[in-house]
Formats: sequence, C-alpha cells, structure tokens
Amino acid sequence: MQNKSLLIIAREYLSRVRKKTFIIMTLLGPILFAAIVIGPAWFATMEDREERIIAVIDSSKLFIDKIPETEYLKFEYLENTSVEHLREDFDEAPYYAVLYIAHIVASTPSAVQLMSDRQPSLNIRMHIANALEKELERQKLAAWEIENIDDILSSIKTSVNIRTIIWQDDGGEKESHSELAMIVGYLGGFLIYFFIFLFGAQVMRGVIEEKSSRVIEIIVSSVKPFQLMLGKIVGIGLVGLTQFLLWVILSATLIIMGQQIFFSDLGTPSSETIVAEDIFSSSTLQPSEPIENDSHDKFMEVFASISAINFGVMLGTFLFYFLGGYLLYASLFAAIGSAVDSETDTQQFMLPITIPLILSIIVMMNAIMNPEGAVAFWFSMIPLTSPVIMMARIPFGIPVWEVMLSAGLLIAAFIFTTWLAGRIYRTGILMYGKKVNYREIWKWLRYNS
Amino acid sequence: MELFAARNVTKNFANHQALDKVTISVPEKSIYGLLGPNGAGKTTLIRIVNQILAPDTGEILLNGRKLRSDDIQLIGYMPEERGLYKKMKVGEQALYFGRLKGLDKKEAMKRLKYWFEKFEITAWWDKKVEELSKGMQQKIQFIITILHEPELLIFDEPFSGFDPINTNLLKNEITSLRERGATIIFSTHNMGSVEELCDHITLINNARVIISGPVAGIRDQFKLDIYRISFQGDPEKLHDILNDDYEVLDMKSSSSEHTARIKLHRKSTDNALISLLLPHFHITSFTEEIPGMNDIFIDLVNKERQTVN
Repeated sequence: MQNKSLLIIAREYLSRVRKKTFIIMTLLGPILFAAIVIGPAWFATMEDREERIIAVIDSSKLFIDKIPETEYLKFEYLENTSVEHLREDFDEAPYYAVLYIAHIVASTPSAVQLMSDRQPSLNIRMHIANALEKELERQKLAAWEIENIDDILSSIKTSVNIRTIIWQDDGGEKESHSELAMIVGYLGGFLIYFFIFLFGAQVMRGVIEEKSSRVIEIIVSSVKPFQLMLGKIVGIGLVGLTQFLLWVILSATLIIMGQQIFFSDLGTPSSETIVAEDIFSSSTLQPSEPIENDSHDKFMEVFASISAINFGVMLGTFLFYFLGGYLLYASLFAAIGSAVDSETDTQQFMLPITIPLILSIIVMMNAIMNPEGAVAFWFSMIPLTSPVIMMARIPFGIPVWEVMLSAGLLIAAFIFTTWLAGRIYRTGILMYGKKVNYREIWKWLRYNS
Repeated sequence: MELFAARNVTKNFANHQALDKVTISVPEKSIYGLLGPNGAGKTTLIRIVNQILAPDTGEILLNGRKLRSDDIQLIGYMPEERGLYKKMKVGEQALYFGRLKGLDKKEAMKRLKYWFEKFEITAWWDKKVEELSKGMQQKIQFIITILHEPELLIFDEPFSGFDPINTNLLKNEITSLRERGATIIFSTHNMGSVEELCDHITLINNARVIISGPVAGIRDQFKLDIYRISFQGDPEKLHDILNDDYEVLDMKSSSSEHTARIKLHRKSTDNALISLLLPHFHITSFTEEIPGMNDIFIDLVNKERQTVN
C-alpha cells in the first residue's frame, strides 16, 4: 500500500515536471520577475545618462544660472530670443525643451511653462519646479533683509527620518522598516494565492483527465480512490514546491547577474542604492538632489532592515502556509474535478472556492496597512483565508500564539476538507453523463460506499 | 471447483436498485459470460468484484473465502470504456500499471518485453498513447490487464473496437490464458462470442439474475423441437404422411430439393419423424434448430419486460 502511494506520487510528479510547459514556466517566471525588478531601475538609469539641454527664457531675470545642473541635465539661458523663434526651428535646435519664465513669476506661480515637442519627463519637471521654488523662497526671504540669511538657511536645513522600533517581549528592541514589511508581506501573500490557484487547478484538471479518459477505472481497481486522490495532491504539491524553489534560485541568480551587467559600470554604492530603493521603497521618483552621504546612509539602512527580516522564519512560514493552504484547497479542487465530466462544467462549483481566495487578496490590502487590526486578525484565523492573510502579516512580527492558533486551525481544516472531498471524490469519479448539482453532492456525502 | 462466487449480493443507489440478491458461481478455469442489456447491473457487479464498490448485503467469495482487499492482485480487469493516459508513453504506462498491481519493476519489465514482442509492438514503447490507433490502444490495454497473471480475469466487452484479425488474436490469447489456469468472466451483449467462447453464462436483467447455467444446458432448455429437413421428392406428399403431432411451419423449394421446418408436438420424437419420412423421400439433411443465445437473450428480456408492465 505504501509502495503504491509512492508510485502514484512519483507518476504525478514526474509526468508534470517533464512537461515542456513546466520547463518553460520555470525559466520564464524568474525572467519575468527579474524584469519587473531590474527593468524600472535600469530604465531609470538609462534615461539619466542621455544629456539634455533645456533652453531657458527668463523674462523675470530672477533665475539666471540659478537652476542647479546635474550630470545629464544642462540649462542654457538665452536672451534676445522669443519662444516663437525657438519653436520655428526647434527640430534643428539641440534643446530637449524650452523653459519660459514670465516676469510676473513672483506673484503668479503658474507663469512658468515648459514646452517641448514631446512629453518632458516627470523627473525633469519636478527638478525644475523644486529649483524654482527654492530660489523664489530664498529671494523672498532675502527681501526681508535679514542678516546672514544664507547662513541661517543652511543651518535650518533638516531632514527627518522616522525609525520604527519594536519592543520585544524579552526586553530587547528590533528596528523595523514597515514599507519593506509591507512589500514582503504583499509578495508572500500574493505568491500563496497564486500557487493555490495554479496548482489547485492542476489537481482538478488531473482528476478530470483521468475521469474523461476512463483510466480511472483501471486505477481504482488497483488502489483505493482516496489513495489516488492523496497521491495526486501530494505529487502536484511537490511540483509546486519544486517550481517555487527553482524560481527562487533562478530569480536570485538573474537579479545578481543583472546587477553585475547593467550597473557594474557605475560601480559606486549609489548604483546599488537605485536598485535597493527600487525594490524596497520605490523612491526613485524623488529627484531631490541626492547628497552622497544621505543616499549612502539610506542604502545602509535599507540593507540593515532587509537583514533584520528573518528570512529563515519567512521561508519556513511561507512553506507551511503554502502547503497548508494548498492541501486545504487542492482536495476541494479534486472533489470538483470528480463531480464533472469536463472542465466546462466546473464553473458553478468553482465559485465557493474562488470567493474566499479573492476575498483573501482584498483583505490582504487592508492587512498590510493595519496588520494588528481586527479584520486582519480574524481573517488570518479563518482557514480559508489564513494562508494569504497570515503570510501578509508575518513580516510585521506577529505574536507566536496567533501563528500557532492559525496554523492549528489550518491543519484541522485541511484534514476536514480532505475527508470531505474524499467522500465526494470516490462517488464522483465513477459517475458519467450526469448533470451534477449541489443536492446530488450532498447525497454522495452521506452515502456509504 | 468454484473459483469465484457472489451470494445474494444487493446494491442500492440513491435512486435505484442496481443489484437485487444476485447469486452467481464461476467454476475454476471456465470462461463465464455475464450477459444483460445496458443498465442491467453488470458493471455494478464487476465494480463490486473489483472492490471499487462495496455491496449493501451479500458476500463475494474468491477461492472459497471472503474477498480481501489484497485480492486485487489476483484480479485483472479490462473495462468497457478503455482508458489510458493519453499523454504518457506506452511502455512507461504499462510499467506503471503493472507496478500498481504489485509487480516489482524488474519482473514487470521482463513480462512486458515478452508481451510486446509477442504482439510485435516493441516499436511503440516510446510512443505516446494518443499517437496510437484505437486498435493499438486495445492491445496495450489487454497487456496491462493480464500482465500480473491474475487468477480471475474480467473483460467488459472485450471485442468492441477490434478488427477481425485482432479479435482472433485476442480470442486465441483468452483461450490460452484459460489453458494456463485462469478463470475468465466476460461481460458482453455480443452473443456470437458468447456461443463461441463461454462455458457458462448468467443473464442479468433489471438487477436480477434471470437465468444461469452451462451454455449447452440453457440452449437445450430453450429448444423449440423444430427440425429442418431437406429432401428430394414430391412435397405434396408431406402433408399426407404427417399426422397432427407434426406441424409444417414453412417450406422452401429450389430446383434440386425442398427444405421444410417441422415442429414436433406432444410425444413425437425426431427418430419417429425420420422413420415416417424415410420410406417416401430421399433425405439430404436433418438438423435440429437450436435457438442462438441471441434469440434466448431477446426472448427472455422481452418476457421480463412484459411481466413488469
């Protein structure tokens, strides 16, 4: 008996792992993932490397040579010319855009126009707006004729950075980075949702395949239906784990390789900052002149908070909630597969499964904003939603008893659904050509084989 | 010796009764026909034998003792709706099913090699099942069914989908399996194959056994005392010679001879008929019309239907 279960698991596993689609998915997944992570960062740096010159017509004469230039953004202050004139031969001119500042700018802030034959990038617009604002503020302040105004200004320049400290029960402290926790939580929860759907549906399709090809009758004359169902669920679960681990390994390799290739020429810590910020705080859109030290500190801080997240615990809980959630849903998927003759008939039975899963994703948004709230708590206890919600909460540091309770409930629930599904399954797989409804399934549940 | 028996097996489903106190007894090394129209309960009975279903009441005996869960190794089953994994390679699949039936890998490989060579299908080993024709798939299915050399073989409509050459091949294999000691249950409504192969039959209709016994005995039981006589001579004389105990049902004439079907009534015998005819005609053939299983089957099922109505 033991031996036969292993045979079934091996067949389910091998027949899927050897499929072309599995290999393609395994290779494509990390490439997509790496593209999502590296792509924006890469494009951001690409854009900055093209030198752009902006023609400035400043009729207020307040800003001549006042807008700070960067490595790739230059300003040329033109006199004795007009916007119309520039526009006429804009195509031949070396300018990316024309900045027109009307003389009434001090009283009417909207008197500044940035004109171009294309949409100027957000970065450039914000850079200019920032510079003009600062310069106007400085000049307005100067109008008060305060002594040493420049010194005062530079001495009041402050940057506030809120660190989040979590007091541990053991009296210690832990620094947390809630943006990072949110992102890790979101990714974890979403991955679980994705895996449950992907591999749960594979279980269902496998059952339908066996039923519609009638191979089921040969198998159940050799093994118990329940054994076959469990073997299929375990085999496909292992496929899921394999895929996940391969994705992790390949993604990590690709991201590291990508960094080496795309960012190696910059070679300074700031290049890594871009990547790190992009992954974990998406703050590249803030073009405030980065002061080398600040950015380095921020990088170190992000780095520290990444290492503050206990990846061992994360991986462990992820695997547990992935397996628990998968087992809970996979047996239900198997029961659905057994009740229908073809995949097109599954719709009506899919609803009760998809609703809690989709609800999980909706509640997860709430849970990562407010991981200690009542909604987050209760939905991380209910087994149908707990794998996704608890996974999203874990990075924020959840009391051990909550995790234990949720895990215990999940285990109890999947034992129950497997038992329930087993009863539907053993009757369903031998029923052909019958339109099955919920009442019929209720009958099967109470029916003794 | 009885190899397999079902005693008073009853099985109810939610809406209908599939088997009603069904009792059959399958002698060792026999080929046993399980007959009945669609929906009679044959498949349910077979599923009970395969332990896919459990009976509500009654018991199943194998080798004189109650059927146990590890007896599935002793049973080989070829369902009517043939089923194989379409995307799986032929050899791999045959090996998988052999091992599911309890063979170890080495032994299963050895036997598969033998059968694949015997059926001349070694070239298919690495092909996917979906690439094969239906007849080819049937051969694979047959090998899978018998690979673990079961004592009891159950074939559900074994010849459907086979061309005449393969049907013959299969018949020969089945006969030789019996010679090697296997007991075979056929579930079918193809009466031709029943007459040719089966020693015993049971006819099931509406969940009940209608008739059961050796094929020859059942046919005897249903014979109508009709004889077919071909003769040369004046056919008009026939009516003068035969008294009320004989009834001429019909007569056909060709240029050379006449053929009459004569039914015997009351105590008259075939010998008496011959001695009556011999002095007057030149008799070229004299045979008893024995009803085919097909007629018996239709006859019985119709009678059942009438009594139900």
